[in-house]
Amino acid sequence: MRVESFLERRAADTADKTALISGERRLTYRELDHLAAGLADRLRGFGLQRGDRVAVFMENCPEAVATIFGVLKADGVFVMINPTTKAQKLSALLQDCRPVAVVADNRRLPTVVESAASVASVRGIVVAGGDGNVEMPGGVAALTTFPSLADVYPPPTWKRGIDLDLAALIYTSGSTGKAKGVMLTHRNMVSAANSITTYLQNRADDIILNVLPLSFDYGLYQVLMSVQFGGTVVLERSFVYLHAVLETLRRERVTGFPIVPTIAALLLEIDLAQYDLSSLRYITSTGAALPTAHINELRRCVPHAKMFSMYGLTECKRVSYLDPADLDRRPGSVGRGMPNEELYLIDSDGTRLPHGVGELVVRGSNVMQGYWERPEETAQVLMPGPLPGENVLRTGDTFRMDEEGYLYFVGRRDDIIKTRGEKVSPREVEDVLHQLDGVAEAAVIGVPDPILGQAIKAIVVARAGACITEQDVFRHCGSQLEDFMVPHTIEIRDALPKTPNGKRDYRALLADESLAAPRTT
Amino acid sequence: MQTMEQQTIERDIRQFVIANFLFGEDNGSLKADESFLETGIIDSTGVLELVAFLESTYGFRVRDNELTPDNLDSLDKVAAFVRRKQAA
Repeated sequence: MRVESFLERRAADTADKTALISGERRLTYRELDHLAAGLADRLRGFGLQRGDRVAVFMENCPEAVATIFGVLKADGVFVMINPTTKAQKLSALLQDCRPVAVVADNRRLPTVVESAASVASVRGIVVAGGDGNVEMPGGVAALTTFPSLADVYPPPTWKRGIDLDLAALIYTSGSTGKAKGVMLTHRNMVSAANSITTYLQNRADDIILNVLPLSFDYGLYQVLMSVQFGGTVVLERSFVYLHAVLETLRRERVTGFPIVPTIAALLLEIDLAQYDLSSLRYITSTGAALPTAHINELRRCVPHAKMFSMYGLTECKRVSYLDPADLDRRPGSVGRGMPNEELYLIDSDGTRLPHGVGELVVRGSNVMQGYWERPEETAQVLMPGPLPGENVLRTGDTFRMDEEGYLYFVGRRDDIIKTRGEKVSPREVEDVLHQLDGVAEAAVIGVPDPILGQAIKAIVVARAGACITEQDVFRHCGSQLEDFMVPHTIEIRDALPKTPNGKRDYRALLADESLAAPRTT
Repeated sequence: MQTMEQQTIERDIRQFVIANFLFGEDNGSLKADESFLETGIIDSTGVLELVAFLESTYGFRVRDNELTPDNLDSLDKVAAFVRRKQAA
């Protein structure tokens, strides 16, 4: 089965049901499918062939959802790009995946035009909203507007691909500092969606409130899964105005609310008792560990909603979930594997352990095909599974597994920072810091933060004679990095601590932080 | 015509937003009626920082149900919100 068939089934069976609510706009399944078909037609018009990539650079809006399904209808591979990505990084991503087309909203068009000029593969740009009147430099790419509901298209003439074809590349931060495209087939995505909707017991009358960006796989799957089980998604652009979001939750009688720990922390800052949350059937949390105290506080405020604490990796979408019935018996556990997925631990020799402590391995049809055009990095995480031709995923994370298979997080192999539920490579931020004139050296670490989980801290050493202020550094980072990667605090120092062999001593920097941190006991 | 006090309020809010969300850079691009949400100037933690600033600077309490785009989503809206709160 392919992912776009989720939508095509709905458009056949429940065509008039509301698929999507976004502000004042409501789209039925028929309308969503029509927009997707229109986009597929536009993309084929640019010459898109089976397996060609299409970059999607938009904030959360109905057109972004139609684009995902439209790219798949056209037999392409969609690549979601964080809407706060700056021009230089966008160029690097486009050069990496070489899309045939970019679909953007009007606000982001200038950035696309600037970035796509250096990417020869881009033959067309589709722009949603605005009048589409933009001068294209060099005339390399054709510009066209997003299809409308009134447009009529000829039926598709191309032969549809199969479920072993790639459906998406999802970029994720790696320890090298360069984002890697996680290759997912239709089968990978359908399998992950099936497993998740099974344990959440989703039903066609579920209404999901999605405040997470669609460039984040957790946000993306809310839409894919809702279309799969025939529910309704309320799409918010962000989780900025708490009261407005909670009013939307009440007004639309939302049943499912996916959050990250940062959102949980923000929700607990306000008095939830004044809101009508009676429609909520469940809350899910992933992206980073949700502190047990927050889980319990949320359960107290919304006692009728089931709390699902989960753990995942883009490389296989989701790893585990803790059944709400187990919350009190196994506090701190991220639960067990999803339906149709096998989890086990290996020791440092790669030998399978019955239980105990080891590196977690994931086996299932949700495991990615590898990192796009990065065979060496792929070989570090994918290893042969028990059957010929099968790969299993090494998570790089160390867990303790009890005799019943419940998992407890122990530590990470790499130094990736988790902030607001998103992964940030310290190397990527350091690379940007080193580009700033006057910076001799920079180190980036994650420090504990009650709201963000980890806050990004940059320690910067100025070149001799150079004068850099914290504000210079903030401004530079803000102009180059996605919003969630911009350091939260910046410290200018005379020197960085070094290990005996002259490397930056991150442990010493982290130790400084724990000394400076206020005691909470 | 705006009073001196109103102008001061608007200036102070603008300075706070520029210093905290635009990395101190004011190249004249921040328009008074521009949506913080649409331009991505403020995120969810930023809104709480803005609220903390308003509470400490103007000495009123922002209630949870006032955390809406109508009150907080542009320089103009924040200034109008402060005036309403001060008049109340």
